[in-house]
Amino acid sequence: MKPAWSVILLTTQIGAAQGLFLLVFLLNIFKTPPREFVLVSCAVSLGLLISGLIASFFHLGRPERAWRAASQWRTSWLSREVIVLPAFMGMVALYGLLIFFEFEKNISIWVGGVAVLLCLALFICTGMIYACLPFLQEWRSPLTLVNFFLLGTASGLTLSVPLAVIAHPQFVGPLALGAFALAAVAWAVRIASLVRNARLRPKSTMASAIGIAHPRIVQKAQGFMGGSYNTREFFHRRPDLLVRAVRWSFLLLLFPVPAWLLGWGGGSLATFIAAFALQFAGLLAERWYFFAEARHPQNLYYQAAS
Amino acid sequence: MTTKQLALVIDLNVCVGCHACVTSCKEWNDGGSAGPLSDMNSYGKDPTGTFFNRVQTFEVGEFPDTETVHFPKSCLHCEEPPCVPVCPTGASYKRAEDGIVLVDYDKCIGCGYCAWACPYGARELDPTEKVMKKCTLCVDRITDELLPPQDRQPACVMACPTNARLFGDVHDPESVVSKAIRERGGYALMPEWETRPANQYLPRRKTEPKA
Ligand code: SF4
Ligand code: SF4
Repeated sequence: MKPAWSVILLTTQIGAAQGLFLLVFLLNIFKTPPREFVLVSCAVSLGLLISGLIASFFHLGRPERAWRAASQWRTSWLSREVIVLPAFMGMVALYGLLIFFEFEKNISIWVGGVAVLLCLALFICTGMIYACLPFLQEWRSPLTLVNFFLLGTASGLTLSVPLAVIAHPQFVGPLALGAFALAAVAWAVRIASLVRNARLRPKSTMASAIGIAHPRIVQKAQGFMGGSYNTREFFHRRPDLLVRAVRWSFLLLLFPVPAWLLGWGGGSLATFIAAFALQFAGLLAERWYFFAEARHPQNLYYQAAS
Repeated sequence: MTTKQLALVIDLNVCVGCHACVTSCKEWNDGGSAGPLSDMNSYGKDPTGTFFNRVQTFEVGEFPDTETVHFPKSCLHCEEPPCVPVCPTGASYKRAEDGIVLVDYDKCIGCGYCAWACPYGARELDPTEKVMKKCTLCVDRITDELLPPQDRQPACVMACPTNARLFGDVHDPESVVSKAIRERGGYALMPEWETRPANQYLPRRKTEPKA
């Protein structure tokens, strides 16, 4: 598949936002972090959600009709995501306001709890958009959901470390440790899905595509000399070397590099910001690869211009 | 199985790869309810545009024992269309009365998700109108009562010089398409995804020279 930047920016940013919110909500229940830390985190989370939502509009041919996408929640995971994302944004904003106006803790916990449910639902919707398509075999796996969840929460946790430096220095150590551990788990699971996908055998073949049982079938003409939607949307057309370079770079940037900065970077604000920035760059590369790796069976029909 | 399911049956044994169905499809649908269908740089370096139907050519076997197969491909109007439930707006739907899979161009937001969900590459996002388009089985033509009955057929079927394209109701066992499927080994493309395409293909046959 051709990587779609709008969707890459949507999924990576909302993933980090979801992770950050989950963390802050849990901290606010079990510890009592200063109000500033909670407020800053909610604001950053909301900012990322808004920025992700804006990016997603660039994916649409007719963005002015986007509201229609909320109507098919009974059957479409995309429609469900379209409902859950703004609902989650609203609850994060409300939670932040309750904390800001120092409402009773009971109320904020209830509101935050609803936000947590929406947050988890959003992870499921986003992952299922990809995992529900049976013939995109690289995506058709529970690992797709697990990866979206782990990479999102890990990046959210990494993001919380520089925020803690600003608003709640006592937490820097434990948060950095948590970010380190979660990134390690996310990294390991992502490697597991790479291993799984490397072993996949495509179920569709030339023989099943045109229905002629013969081991050697070659396309001589796809029916046109120029390009079409089919030749643009489903092929990334990048050299193998680049695709492999992207894979190695995200494997380094998701865990080893930020882990080193978190643990042995000297503990300054700048190194923690760098840790998040580099991990996020790794996430962008990871999501790019996620698309590039998926082989759509329609490509069997578009092998040769003439 | 009682309701109607309109479909095409494509006879690979007689298709000669002339592309008459491609051009007549483009011509009819450019002006019909699905139109206009984009065309960009038609005579330039990188021509591109929206087509509902393509004729492709495959070579089967190893030289010198090869066979050339011309293979027309358009939306198969699947009985279990994976492109329909994923649509977030309801723009993609399957008509209850005749099984045609259609897009409501006024509702489509051009997200492209249905094209991801079609294993056959039958859907194209129109680069000018930014909505999803695909074969309509010439719905505006086959239902037009102002046309004489013999003309109420898809444009591609009317244009085919070798009669490689049959049109009818595959749920009616006595229709020309059902008989062709039954008697001449009609088959579905990519059965592994259980989309149950309504359109089917008739295989090539060996004919011994009679002299
Ligand atoms: S061929 Fe593709 S677009 Fe047509 S009904 Fe089947 S899945 Fe949908
Ligand atoms: S491109 Fe249009 S028809 Fe296809 S899924 Fe999106 S809204 Fe539905």
